[in-house]
Amino acid sequence: MTTLLEVKDLTKRFGGLTAVNHFSTHLVEGELCALIGPNGSGKTTIFNVITGIYEPTEGSIIFQGEDISGKRPDQITKRGIARTFQNIRLFKGLNVLENVIVGKHLRLASDPASAILHLPNYMKEESEMRRTGMTLLESLGLDRFAEDEPTSLPYGLQRKLEIARALATEPRLLLLDEPAAGMSPSDAEELMAFIQHILDSFDLTIFLIEHQMRVVMGICPRIIVIDHGEKIAEGNPEQIQNDDRVIEAYLGVVDHA
Amino acid sequence: MKLKRNTILTFIALLVIVVLLFFAEKSLNPYYRRILNLCAIYSIFSVTFNLIFGYTGQFSLGHAGFAAIGAYVAALLTLSPAQKAVNFFLKPIISPLANVELPFLLALIVGGLITAILSMLIAWPALRLHGDYLAIATLGFSEIIRSLMVNMQSLTNGALGLKGIPGYTNLFWSWGCLAVCVFIIKRLVDSSYGRAISAVRDDEVAAEALGVNLFKHKMMAFGVSSFFVGVAGGLMANLISTIDPKVFLFTLTYQIVGVTVMGGMGSLTGSVISASLYTIFLEALRPLESQFTIGSLTVPGIPGMRMVIFSVLLLLVILFSRKGLMGNNEFSWDGLFRLFNRLRSKKGDGSTGGDEA
Ligand SMILES: Nc1ncnc2c1ncn2[C@@H]1O[C@H](COP(=O)(O)OP(=O)(O)OP(=O)(O)O)[C@@H](O)[C@H]1O
Ligand SMILES: [Mg+2]
Repeated sequence: MTTLLEVKDLTKRFGGLTAVNHFSTHLVEGELCALIGPNGSGKTTIFNVITGIYEPTEGSIIFQGEDISGKRPDQITKRGIARTFQNIRLFKGLNVLENVIVGKHLRLASDPASAILHLPNYMKEESEMRRTGMTLLESLGLDRFAEDEPTSLPYGLQRKLEIARALATEPRLLLLDEPAAGMSPSDAEELMAFIQHILDSFDLTIFLIEHQMRVVMGICPRIIVIDHGEKIAEGNPEQIQNDDRVIEAYLGVVDHA
Repeated sequence: MKLKRNTILTFIALLVIVVLLFFAEKSLNPYYRRILNLCAIYSIFSVTFNLIFGYTGQFSLGHAGFAAIGAYVAALLTLSPAQKAVNFFLKPIISPLANVELPFLLALIVGGLITAILSMLIAWPALRLHGDYLAIATLGFSEIIRSLMVNMQSLTNGALGLKGIPGYTNLFWSWGCLAVCVFIIKRLVDSSYGRAISAVRDDEVAAEALGVNLFKHKMMAFGVSSFFVGVAGGLMANLISTIDPKVFLFTLTYQIVGVTVMGGMGSLTGSVISASLYTIFLEALRPLESQFTIGSLTVPGIPGMRMVIFSVLLLLVILFSRKGLMGNNEFSWDGLFRLFNRLRSKKGDGSTGGDEA
């Protein structure tokens, strides 16, 4: 089992507020791991630091043996980390297929001049992007909507489209920030099955944020729990459910949604 | 089948346009010719603004300044050495420029390149930051350029401006440059690079998370845009023959922004139509600004009246039809036929045909 990602003693402060406090963990290749915690506990902030939106205040992020802390988000994506967002962030001016193949742009070798002149090297890459984009949509059951506007899709499919778009960048590591947020329990369950399907059919590792414990209990063999920016527990669903600090953290807050 | 039909139609349309331009150039009076030239030049201004704002989402207020650079470069490169001597009587022009005289095409390209380089230098720090710094930087730059043009006597002839610039610009040059500009920008925005800049416009955070290098793509759009602004500036200088810093006041930028919004963000067709209509209306309304009589009533000319009307129009568009004339739709033969069919069926039985605008 090789380590894919290592978060080393990460601290992130916003002014006087410590959002993440000496957080460490590592992910091994091919696993599905959940990060859970109450509202405002620092989950999204950890993702934002891993993907380069924020620089760590202290600590570092090692991905495939390379220290990526402080790199730009696009550089990190190029190295193989893709993500989705807690609030859906699709490109409204592009259709469904185009949303997906924007994720292929980073591997484009042709320069703008070849693109403007429709030179063979560009035309080949363009049709390849469309083809693999369509294949991806098909494998996720979204191909019927290829030409539609993303905002015309029902909420659940928009979530899936965001995942498809992230997959288009061909990531080694996929970070999903509350993919089931705002879904009914049955929809959330279906989405979790969808995520399991992605794990099985693509060669990657998934790190998943959720704030309702029960949603991830079924599918995530390993769960990390944070509260107030600090890791309070880590283990399999059973261990987590019986952990005193976890119970305390979760009973201490009202579980919305 | 359809593809072939459209290709043929496009070919015929282009031919008709070329023939029309040919006759216009031959037999139209200079005043109308000048308006038609200005239509093309303003269309370039608007199309380029659309690229940077409508497609890339970066609000730039530098068009007047960029056009000024292109205009001065092209003017200085096309003026004959003798004319330069006449122009620069207060203070001689700096030596290497005194004897240069380039062909028009080269002058336009050099003007465009210098404009692109200078504007990209200005945009560099602004585009590194998140937020609307570009508008401030380009607006400031535009004003600085103008004051430099007033003060760099031995390069620009100061407030006196440049006179006797050869009138190389004709309908083929202006509409030809517009065609090249629209072709390149259209191809760009339809490409993978175009998808990337639209992604940047819609959501910078998501675009960057998908691997789009924000800075590089904004700079690319900005460079292409300002290159053609510079070319249009050069066309303008060689059309009106006399330029001075007052030609490139902020109102020029304001007009371009307004015209582009009216035409529709994300529609090059809209930009061209809107810019052309604007140019024509501006001329048609010229009498408003001089004294005229209605019956026995004598109305004194009010300078700036046309700008007031333009502003009111712009306000109405923004209030009632936010997407402008064309929204983000482009002209296409299929669209045209759909429109025809719809009009016909409307006239026929009152029912509506077609499903798209
Ligand atoms: N850019 C920022 N500036 C200042 N404070 C921030 C910023 N981003 C996050 N925070 C703060 O950091 C803390 C952790 O926020 P974060 O979004 O990581 O929580 P979360 O665990 O994702 O919560 P939720 O379940 O609500 O999504 C919160 O108190 C939040 O207000
Ligand atoms: Mg969050």
